[in-house]
Amino acid sequence: MKLYDYILSPSCYKIRLMAAILGIKLDIRPVDFHPGAEHREPELLALNPAGSIPILEDGDLVLTESSAILAYLAAGNAPEWLGTGTPEETARVQQWLSFSHRLTANLGGARLHEMLLRPGNIEILQAQGISALRELEASLFEQQLRGMRFLASNRATIADIACFPYVALAPDGGISLDPYPTIRLWLRAIRSIDGFIEMPGIHRLHELKPDPHPAKEER
Amino acid sequence: MMKAGAMIDEWYPVGLFSRLTETGNKTALMGEPIEVARAQDGSARVTSGNGRKLPVRVRYGHVWSSLGNPVKELFAIPEADQPGRRFVDVGVVRVRCSPLRAVENFLDIAHFPFVHTDILGAEPHTEVENYKVEIREDEDEVWATQVKFYQPQAAKSATGGITTEYMYRVPAPTCSVLYKTCPPRPGEWDVITLFVQPLAEDLCDVWPWMALFDDETPMTDLIHFQQMIFLQDRSILENQIPALLPLDPGMEIPTRADLTSVAYRRWLKRHNYTYGAQLVAQ
Repeated sequence: MKLYDYILSPSCYKIRLMAAILGIKLDIRPVDFHPGAEHREPELLALNPAGSIPILEDGDLVLTESSAILAYLAAGNAPEWLGTGTPEETARVQQWLSFSHRLTANLGGARLHEMLLRPGNIEILQAQGISALRELEASLFEQQLRGMRFLASNRATIADIACFPYVALAPDGGISLDPYPTIRLWLRAIRSIDGFIEMPGIHRLHELKPDPHPAKEER
Repeated sequence: MMKAGAMIDEWYPVGLFSRLTETGNKTALMGEPIEVARAQDGSARVTSGNGRKLPVRVRYGHVWSSLGNPVKELFAIPEADQPGRRFVDVGVVRVRCSPLRAVENFLDIAHFPFVHTDILGAEPHTEVENYKVEIREDEDEVWATQVKFYQPQAAKSATGGITTEYMYRVPAPTCSVLYKTCPPRPGEWDVITLFVQPLAEDLCDVWPWMALFDDETPMTDLIHFQQMIFLQDRSILENQIPALLPLDPGMEIPTRADLTSVAYRRWLKRHNYTYGAQLVAQ
């Protein structure tokens, strides 16, 4: 399975993360997205006329939408990541997969503007990003009331992987995550999943970090 | 403009020469809007907001300019003319931090195991051994030598953990050149630079550039390796407090591992290089 990849792309990282968690080996083909703009060169446009990455090639199959790639990896290797299949859970997974594209546009757009100098109206991008984060915070809180730690269920699904990177990297676009405690717990829950890998800007949990308030001995 | 002080006469990177366009690119230097373009004869042209032609140099893959009247020529990197090296234009990354903070972070090795985990450092190998720091009076540059650190993946070309040796050099207030053990060619140094364009006192464009001995690794992999490293630093740089680099003791307490930073701050203060810095008196 060949992934056309860029190390700093949150959408590409979704695929690397899912594959790492599922133990799938990817053949990584780095794309010079910045500064080279290789994704707009003929070779890659022939694969994906939309001019975006990631692109996944597996035999004759070419996938250019990150949500479709996540579904493909899960369906072939660990279908529990697609949800349990109840109507409600199936719908929730789809709901959040669609929502993740809004995150790419607003949080991702703000990040590209602030970090790699891509054109865009930063005030509008940030306002839309904040609105999406508020929606996510409220939904995750409601999930908690239902006894569920993740977006669609009490275990992580491809919907969580699809939404995680752009949310975690919101500060790169000048948007603080401080006002969203439930989002931050959810980010931590995803970072604790076995097989989790990091990307620049998203750190792993440092297990060796000493406890700042070690428990006192019982009197 | 007044605040630019002695730094006004220094050279700064303002763009990648290979990516100039005739339409030009609007950017800024120390709060003043500038435009960087390719002239019809192929040369680089930099103009200020009021149409003034600014001095230009093209060197190390980048276009350099200055708002003032540079008395010194752009610093030399002899390795840039050494045959057999590959030159890597890593591309710009914008960071909401003081340009001086960006350079200082580049000079620090103690953060490697925590920020560049399993690449430039790893717990529990966190000790910074003694190294030498001096301000070389003849060249008027800050140098740190005999810096040694255990690195799990020192470079794209490294295949396992090695103890890497470093030398750091600060030849200009917002530029640093790092010389580093070259895994495929012992006896030579890889050159990794950080060229910083000060847009404002708390905002900068960072242009990393490299001159490496590595015939194997594809160019895109070299670019991505360096971008990965720098992006691990970015969020930390944007959260440093105070935002401006304190040049007087009192705001921050340095340790032995920070000797290079101490010398850098001293050298900045001595030259009145204070754009992006703060003094206690302020």
